[in-house]
Amino acid sequence: MRLAVLETEKCIGCQLCMFACSRRQNEAGLAKSCIGVRSIGGMERGFTVVVCRACEDPPCARVCPTGALKQRKGGGVSLQPEKCIGCGRCRDACMVHAIFWNEETNKPMICIHCGFCVDFCPHGVLGLKEERRSNHAEG
Amino acid sequence: MLKDDRLTRVLYVNLSKRTFSVEDREDLFSRYIGGTGVATQLLHEECSEHCDPLESNNPIIFAVGPLTGLYPLASKTVALFKSPLTGNLGESHCGGRSAVALRMAGYGALVITGASNIPIYISIDGHDVHFRDATSIWGMQSFSSGRIIRENESGAGLRTIMRIGAGGEALVRYACVTTESYRHFGRLGLGAVFGSKKLKAVVISGRSSIPVTDTKFYRKSYREIFKTAVESPVMKKYYDLGTADNIEPLNKFGGLPTRNLQESRFDQASGISGETLAEQFLGRRIACSHCPVGCIHIAALRELYEDEEYFYKTSMISYDYEPLYALGSMLGIGQADHYLKLMDRIEAYGIDAMSAGVALAWMTEAMERGLITEAETMGIRPTWGDHTAYMEAAGHIVSQPNEFYRTLAQGVEEAASRYGGEDFALTFGGNEMPGYHTGPAAHVGSLLGARHSHLDNGGYGIDQKVLANKEVTPEELAAMILDEEWWRQILSSLVVCFFARGIYLPDLVSQILTVTGFELTTDDLTRIGREIHREKYRFKYREGFSLDNLRIPGRIFETPSPIPYMSRDYVEQTIVRAKNMLSL
Repeated sequence: MRLAVLETEKCIGCQLCMFACSRRQNEAGLAKSCIGVRSIGGMERGFTVVVCRACEDPPCARVCPTGALKQRKGGGVSLQPEKCIGCGRCRDACMVHAIFWNEETNKPMICIHCGFCVDFCPHGVLGLKEERRSNHAEG
Repeated sequence: MLKDDRLTRVLYVNLSKRTFSVEDREDLFSRYIGGTGVATQLLHEECSEHCDPLESNNPIIFAVGPLTGLYPLASKTVALFKSPLTGNLGESHCGGRSAVALRMAGYGALVITGASNIPIYISIDGHDVHFRDATSIWGMQSFSSGRIIRENESGAGLRTIMRIGAGGEALVRYACVTTESYRHFGRLGLGAVFGSKKLKAVVISGRSSIPVTDTKFYRKSYREIFKTAVESPVMKKYYDLGTADNIEPLNKFGGLPTRNLQESRFDQASGISGETLAEQFLGRRIACSHCPVGCIHIAALRELYEDEEYFYKTSMISYDYEPLYALGSMLGIGQADHYLKLMDRIEAYGIDAMSAGVALAWMTEAMERGLITEAETMGIRPTWGDHTAYMEAAGHIVSQPNEFYRTLAQGVEEAASRYGGEDFALTFGGNEMPGYHTGPAAHVGSLLGARHSHLDNGGYGIDQKVLANKEVTPEELAAMILDEEWWRQILSSLVVCFFARGIYLPDLVSQILTVTGFELTTDDLTRIGREIHREKYRFKYREGFSLDNLRIPGRIFETPSPIPYMSRDYVEQTIVRAKNMLSL
């Protein structure tokens, strides 16, 4: 399963997904959130959801010099923190800017596609999907 | 309160010296919770007695509360300052991204003092405060200056950009501060206080953690509140049509102020109703940070350029009940596109839509009655419904080319004291009236309320739900109004959006506050609410307010309200009862 942005245009920018991600990690606030919502240059133009797209052959893993990012079944990566040296190459390699940074540990924070945030999206912008790339219109 | 919660940190910024410092004010937060409660104390500390609101010794205070960033709908920032409109307590609330941004930047409150000698804006992130030259955007409308600051600053998605337009720069006493293009610290002239300090904007961003005592209970209680919020019919109303949903019912009830409250029903109400705007113009709905409701309704207005074929512009313009009343029914404007054009202009100037509408309405009637002539208005002859005349007059209120517009820029109270027409000058405590002629509770609420706003108390609701069904004594009414106002001090200290007042009831508030380490019973909350209210009145009396000499515009007794027994005597009796209950 992977998290998918099903209908970006329905996003009202409430950012509940961002807070949900923190709670999933037994946190509150936003420091640990692995998903972001921002406007497309002004609220009147709508929003974009920034989150890992679960690439099948993830560029972030490819550039990792220590093999700390392991490819995940279903797409995306999982971090093996003990191997990570905090070089930040993964972050630079992700052109959708879906790699967030943990300032305390100096290591990346990346969506693990658990789907916890989906429950808190009031308008069905987010969903969990089984198959890959079936819908090219996906946001 | 939890030791490592950064809520208690107060950021002090001095614009004169361009310095900043952080102080731990656990003393204030533990006693007054946050928001309004804490900001009132900071105002007492920072605002010199009898200062000129437009001088550098008038502070600007922003505060959020313990639930901000923790629970949905705790999404407002409270601003306190001395109002340049009323010369007394100025309190304004705003959503957008402001509350979450301040909390996530690691502060519970921000105090801005002093004044700059050149236009500046300040940028606050979790670690630093930057003073930036704003010379190039001084004079620019709030929409464009927001865009330029957005491009110059980091923190997309995590920031608020509070800014003023030309109205604030020109010190219009009811200029607003706009955040995120469509939300406002609207009332009582915070924009003019910004302008007097040459402060064009405040940018705040951050993404910190908040400690909680019991993660399991936190997650469980969050889920319950979320569920209630998205399933509640009241919230659905705010999502579907937004606050504009109130136009039709209030008109039907006979409480919609029309043509400077010469009437309380508007024959063209359906033209500016929530339904009409949604069906014909609604282009997007958006939400404040951490609010699943999304009550912000934005219309898409497509206009053809007059001088060129097939050349259109599309403007995105917000609408809500209050501006629809003030720039719609109050001015006899019954066509949605006319309202939108006027609203767009008001937004660009950055002046409070409510005060501006009431000012233009007073001007129209003053002209009808011959109190002013075209000599004063510089050739403008406003008539009900003529949105182009109102757009032009609004421009003059900002540019103030003569004595008349300079006076009108100081508010309706000032204009009427100078040119006459006080009986139809619709201000309460110096603040232009909100959109409720529902009965005595609404008006007494506005007169008594610490900031003379319908949101201080439940007056308009008491009229519709209680007084419409049974007669109550002045004593009973005063008690109802004050009870609600006391509780609202708690909500605005937490700081919870008043739309969620049906969810955040005393028992729930007491329970979920434990997550943040506050152990307060519902009795404690009642006591603190009263204390905060008392503290506001302490400030008001210090600055010369009195319940003994309130000016009540005669118009509210001439135009029938839905409550037939509303009379001057009844209203005055209720105020006397309230005064006794407040031991003032």
